[in-house]
Amino acid sequence: MAFVNIKNLNYQYPLTKTPALRDINLQINQGEFISIIGANGAGKSTLCYALAGFVPHFFKGEFSGTIEVAGVESNKSTLEEWVLNVGLAFQNPFNQISGAKYSVFEEIAFGLENIGVPREQMKSRVEEAMQLTGISHLADRSPYSLSGGQQQRLALTSILVMQPKLLVLDEPTSQMDPIGTREVFGVIHKLTQNGMTVVMVEHKVEWIANFATRVVALKDGSVLLEGKPNEVLTSDALMESGFGVSRYTSTAREAKKQGLWKKEKLPVTLSEAAEGFNSK
Amino acid sequence: MKIEINNLHFTYPTGLEAIQGISLNIDSGEQVAIVGQNGAGKTTLVRHFNGLLKPTSGSISIGDWDTKKYSVAKLASRVGYVFQNPDDQLFSKSVLAEVEYGPKNLGYAKEKTNKLVTRALAWTELTEKTETNPYDLSPTWRKMVALASIIAMDTPIVIFDEPTTGQDFANVSRIAHVIAELKKEGKTVITITHDIDFCAENFERVIALSNGQILLDGKSHEVLGQEEVLSQTYVDPPQLTRLGKLLKLKETVITQTEFLQQIARD
Repeated sequence: MAFVNIKNLNYQYPLTKTPALRDINLQINQGEFISIIGANGAGKSTLCYALAGFVPHFFKGEFSGTIEVAGVESNKSTLEEWVLNVGLAFQNPFNQISGAKYSVFEEIAFGLENIGVPREQMKSRVEEAMQLTGISHLADRSPYSLSGGQQQRLALTSILVMQPKLLVLDEPTSQMDPIGTREVFGVIHKLTQNGMTVVMVEHKVEWIANFATRVVALKDGSVLLEGKPNEVLTSDALMESGFGVSRYTSTAREAKKQGLWKKEKLPVTLSEAAEGFNSK
Repeated sequence: MKIEINNLHFTYPTGLEAIQGISLNIDSGEQVAIVGQNGAGKTTLVRHFNGLLKPTSGSISIGDWDTKKYSVAKLASRVGYVFQNPDDQLFSKSVLAEVEYGPKNLGYAKEKTNKLVTRALAWTELTEKTETNPYDLSPTWRKMVALASIIAMDTPIVIFDEPTTGQDFANVSRIAHVIAELKKEGKTVITITHDIDFCAENFERVIALSNGQILLDGKSHEVLGQEEVLSQTYVDPPQLTRLGKLLKLKETVITQTEFLQQIARD
């Protein structure tokens, strides 16, 4: 039995004319690192909301189908119960920061306070989470004084401290420089090796190729492609759907037309590209 | 219109010395990308161009105007600034009203305003969306509205702060198109970006900042090929530049065309 089980999921926001999600079926095993890709408006964030229970518990509208995490159905659970299993870091960290707390430390502890974690435990869990994401030095700063990249780390830490079984991340590195991105992927890789299941929306193709166990490409609310990172990220269908693939892939595709790329398989990462061009 | 920066220093009230002695000139019609790690001083620097920040010491002039002597409102006729987050910028009820606001505010005649608005809407592919409330659009289209409302002011200098963050391939192409059109008209374009591949494909000159100082400044090829120096400010060279280095190509390549030409030759 898969850890996450999405069956015939359809959803349409109130007052809109077209569905945001159409007939999605997806099974995810425990410890998998799934990357969701697709153009803007493909339904990526909505799928995150559905996994996190905000659809349909918070956003109303037309919902059908089921989502199960660890054997529990989101429809049959309250949002309060659901958030103990599933944590979501929003695309814009500014939308997530509570505004009720003066320091980074308090902000991270906020979720734990709400579920009644004893004080001693709270302190050690917050410290541990801050260490994991490398923001211990920011503990006393105001959440609003942080840079975009730092706020994204704070948002991630506030979710990790809750120790969810399923971690859902909506473009968690969009405002980070390469070193920040590298660290976040490193942290997530470690967590999945310890059994956490991760679903991450991300545009940074090279990173996805190096870390994700599976890639799901959405288009107009439906699953366009699903499979191993290299298969999905080099497919012609993905390129035709208007998704920005890695420069290694697009350049090798062009090189292939000119007879300068001899391999059947196109590259996604630097090392794949170097290997292919070297062996020509 | 030339930008001249002379030994610029800026210290925030918190004591943070964000700019530590920067001198540089940007000529009329140049396309410049500013890169560097989070906290390198990129945004602090460009906020001096339209007077949002005034130098602690040193000077910066836009054409013959010393920014210390001119207000932000006045400088807005020379320098347009597209914010990173469109929601920091948009406030009108319709796309049309938003895009018209700038040129109207600068006091342009009706005919000129209409012409500028039409041009800006066409470049950003918003012509069909003029009656929509910007907040009913997706974040990516709001980004285009923010772009259009600045371009419509027809300033000789346009600044983009992280234009491609969170944008998909289609929108990045639209933004590249706008930059190319501005270049054709002889405008100066200055862009802050983390997207180094976008930088390589659209800008002739690159300035790398680190800790409030200039680390590198020169033609894109020269700057983007210096992997070790760039790593000091946590900038990775473009993907194809890295690949070219690994394959030991003779010259630094930054675009697909250059890469394929060299591969075919070697």
